[in-house]
This record gives sequence, C-alpha cells and structure tokens, in this order.
Amino acid sequence: MPRQNRWRRPISQRPPWPAVVIAAVGIAFFALAFMGLLWKVPWASAWHVLSAAGSRKALRLSLVCSVWATVLAMFFGVPIAWLLARLDFPGRGIARALCTLSMVLPPVVAGIALFYALGRRGILGQYLDRWFGITLPFTTAGVVVAQTFVAMPFLILTVEAAFRQQDLQYEDAARTLGASRWYLFRRVTLPAIRPGLIAGGVLAWARALGEFGATITFAGNFPGRTQTMPLAIYLAAETNPEEALVLSLVLVAVSFGVLVALRDRYLQSRSTPAL
Amino acid sequence: MSLDARVVCSRGSLEVDVALAAEPGEVIAILGPNGAGKSTILRCLAGLLPLEDGHVQLDNVDLDRPTADVFVRPEHRSIGFVFQNYLLFPSMTALENVAFGLRARGMSARQARSQAAAWIERVGLTDHAAHLPSALSGGQAQRIALARAMATEPRLLLLDEPLAALDAGTRSEVRRELQHHLRTFHGVRILVTHDPLDAYALADRVVVLQAGKVVQQGTLTDVTARPKSRYVADLVGVNLVKGTASFGVLTTPSGATVQTSDDVNGAAFALIQPRSIALYRSPPDGSPRNVWATTVTDIDPRSHRVRLDGPIPLIAEVTVAALDALALQAGDQLWASVKASEITIYPA
Repeated sequence: MPRQNRWRRPISQRPPWPAVVIAAVGIAFFALAFMGLLWKVPWASAWHVLSAAGSRKALRLSLVCSVWATVLAMFFGVPIAWLLARLDFPGRGIARALCTLSMVLPPVVAGIALFYALGRRGILGQYLDRWFGITLPFTTAGVVVAQTFVAMPFLILTVEAAFRQQDLQYEDAARTLGASRWYLFRRVTLPAIRPGLIAGGVLAWARALGEFGATITFAGNFPGRTQTMPLAIYLAAETNPEEALVLSLVLVAVSFGVLVALRDRYLQSRSTPAL
Repeated sequence: MSLDARVVCSRGSLEVDVALAAEPGEVIAILGPNGAGKSTILRCLAGLLPLEDGHVQLDNVDLDRPTADVFVRPEHRSIGFVFQNYLLFPSMTALENVAFGLRARGMSARQARSQAAAWIERVGLTDHAAHLPSALSGGQAQRIALARAMATEPRLLLLDEPLAALDAGTRSEVRRELQHHLRTFHGVRILVTHDPLDAYALADRVVVLQAGKVVQQGTLTDVTARPKSRYVADLVGVNLVKGTASFGVLTTPSGATVQTSDDVNGAAFALIQPRSIALYRSPPDGSPRNVWATTVTDIDPRSHRVRLDGPIPLIAEVTVAALDALALQAGDQLWASVKASEITIYPA
C-alpha cells in the first residue's frame, strides 16, 4: 500500500517552503514591534522612571489585581466550563455565548455595562450600596471585577475544551472504586484537565494584566487605587513618552517571562498509559 | 455472597435481556461475539449504566430495581471492576492507584499505603510500586488493575476482557497468575471474554451471549460438546445446522434435510464434524447417507479444510491425500456426504 505509506511519512522531512516563509514573516512582524520598543527605550533614565513611586505602585496594582482576577476566573470559570462541557441543558448555547460575550466586545462596552449593573445606580449596584455600603466603581475591587469580566471567557473556553477531551472512562473506574463526586473531581478530573487549566489560567491572567478599556470606564484612573500599568502607560504616553516606553518595556518583560516560564508546563500533558 | 440479576437494558439497536445468578464463590464467564452486550451487562452490574427493567441483587440486597425505584450508585456498591484497558490513573503511581479505592472509602493515607503495598507485593510488583502506569508493561498494568480492584475487598468482582489487551506471548502467563489470584478471592467473580481458553482456565460456568440474549449456559465442556449458537460452533470448529426435526430428519428453514439416526422431534440442532464429511467428484451411490451438491468457495491448505456452499453451508476437513487427489479449486462442484450415524442431533 504505497499510497498509505506516503501519508504516514513524517512531515519533518521536507518543510513546505511557502508555510515556512509566511510563518517567518509573521514572526518577524511580532518581533519587529518589540524591537521598536527596545530601540526607543531611554535606557539612561530607565532606572529613574522605575524607581519613581508612581510607576512602582502601578506595577504592583497590576500584578495584584490580575492575580486576583485569575483566581476569581478560575473559581467561577471551572464550574461554568464543567457545566457547558458535561451537562446537556436547554439554552446551553445561549449560556456559552453569554459567558464568552465579554471576550468579543470592545472592553469599553464591557466597562459601561458593568457600570450600569454594579455602579451606584446600577441594577445590582444600588442595593449593594444601600444594604451593604459596598461601592465597586472607582475602587481596587472594581478593577478586579472589570478584569475578571473580560478575562474569564478565556479560561472558560480553554477549560471547557479540556473537559470535553477528557476520557470519561477514568471517572467510571474511580466510581467503581468508591470515589465520591468531589473526591473523583479532585483526584481524577483535575489532574486530567491540568494542562488546560494552566493554559486557561495563563490566558486569563495575560488578558487581565493588559486590560485597559473596561478598567478605565468602570474603575477610573486613580493612581495607587485603580491606575494599573496599561492606564499609567496610556497617561504617560500623552505627557511623558519616555516614561511610557520604560513602563511598556516592564510590562512586556513580565508578560514574556511568564509565558516562557509556563510554556513547557502548559503545552505538555501527561500521557495516558501506553497499552 | 451471591448474585441474582436480570439485566434489561438497550444500547442503540441492541436489546439486552439476560438473567444471571451466581452462587457464593462461583466464577462465571460471559462468552460471546463483539457487540453481544457482554460489557453492557458488566456496566449494569457495576451501576455505571442504570437498568431499564429487571434487578441486580447482591447478597439479597437490591442494588438496582427500576420498578421499586431502587438504584445504588456505583461508588456505594461493593464491587471491583477490572477494565479491558485497565484504566490506571495516568498521573498516579502504581501504589497510589491501588490505594485509591481505600482512600476514597475514607481510610487514612498511611494505612491505605501500607495495605496497597501489601496488595502490590501479592501480585509481585513491589519493585514497580513507585512507577507511573506509562512505565508498566501490559501484563504489569493488568496485575496492578487487578490489585486495585481487589484491594477494597469487594463482594463482586467484574473483569472485562482482562487478557484481551495482552499479546499472545504474555497472555498465557498472565492468565495463569490471574487464575491464581482469582482463586484467593471469595466473592462472586464475573468475567467477560471472547476467548474460550480464558473461560476454560478461569470459570466454573459459561454463559454464551448472542445479540443480548443468553443462547446457552453450563460448563464449558457441555457447551462445546453441544453448541447452540453459531458463535460457539465456530469457536469449536464444527458445523451446526438449525432446523425442525421430525423422527430424526432435520429440515432447515431453506428446505434442506439432514438425516440422522436419533429419533428427535421439534426444534433441534444437528452437529456435523468436519472430519465426517466425505467429498466426491461424482454422485456417490447407495447407502442411507446425506448427500448434498455443493460448490467449493474456499480452501485452507494448512488445516485441510474446505468451505462449501450448497443447500447447507459446510466446512469439511479432508486428508492431505484427498486434497491432492481431488485437486480442488474454488468454484469446483462437489458432492458432500455424511453418514447419518455420524451426525449428533439434540433439541434446541
């Protein structure tokens, strides 16, 4: 069967050159953008900018808020993903669209929507204010809410795919061994979806770290309280371009570092036993 | 520890309706072709599939009885399940796999580990206790799966094709070990297999399944001596003709007749040994025999078996000399004859 053999041949033998050329141009496009940044960074004044209290606050706020947003996205997103993947309920398609809508919307729209939902006069916000004295807009908590809102869909989609790919026979095996639902989820399901969970977490975190539109609309731009890195960079770009460049470089470095560090972990999955 | 069950369940176009009863300590093998519903029965007994009708009763306690709205979830049944592909949890070591059921049932980590270690020692894999399943060979994985299923000391042990995933070389060795370990287990054991060797080595009784129904049950010797299904006849390598008998003459649904020397009436099977069939180029004369005009469809020179198509499809086994003398080729017209006294006939 020579025909079958031809298809079975490893593709690494002869990389198709059009794909290689197009991919190389694409990679160059990414690299070029960051080279532009590196090229313009005022290295001499970099340390001065970084040691300024304002930029350190912005960086810390960004990290703290994005980590919280990731934790919240996981807390709510994993059960949502499980429901979407495993339960066949009426309106599942609508539920999925709703849960991923904020990923597609312009972030400013997300911010406005949040404002009229959770703001002082919002449908839920007015009661939060009246009954509990909680106000979310223009607070650090508001930043976390805005970031969670736009970042969670990335986690939901990735984890839902992981749930769908999971071999349910292992759950059967666990049940015959006496595992309760929670024990089974913790010991069998979670390890199986771990790569998807990490990938989804990283995507959500990255989205939260870079979040701008929803944050500035819903939480405003108060240094030390709601001014995250993207906001500080945007502001600096108008008044002090050098500072904007240095802060951008920091954001790029942090993000790149995390992506590289996690790359091996989240792309590799533990293989199923070879039988 | 006894099992009494009637499994009624449909899977796609397959309608399973099987009654199973096992005495304390009995090993039952469910034998049948692919798609007969063997695994479905095990899944129903384990509670992984709910029954549509019937019941599953272990030690006189209902585990599943739809008419009484009783259903005990698998995690609350005292069962052990060895899956066909073992399903060892890939992220856990062999020891953690065996300890899983004990931990799930609330045993302390330390106690579970020491008990699991004892089970691993029993199956002779102490050296591999710390290995992940991906580092185990098929036979080792099978033993860990068995230890995992037996560690919780279930009252019902279910084994789904426990040897099917192994290559022929290790299979007989693992079968011997399985036989040994199954003997130490005191609950009811139900084994699904399509290999009569497994059934012979491991089971007291076989239940032959076809299209979701029991076609025959008994000891393997009885079942193979008087097969009542095409499946078993093929396994044993004999010709089985089903029809209606009247004073020892069996008539098939297509109208062909088989003369026998026993006086049997009603629905019956006629069993014709391939060796007892004689082949001729021209019609043989005389004597009260069965003679059928047939066409050769296939010749297997290694087993000296000739597949014949005719009023009754047959497989004949001839001597090498006869095979040469006849110089057979597919498409040849032959006369097949069998003495009536060489045909066994028994009620269906």
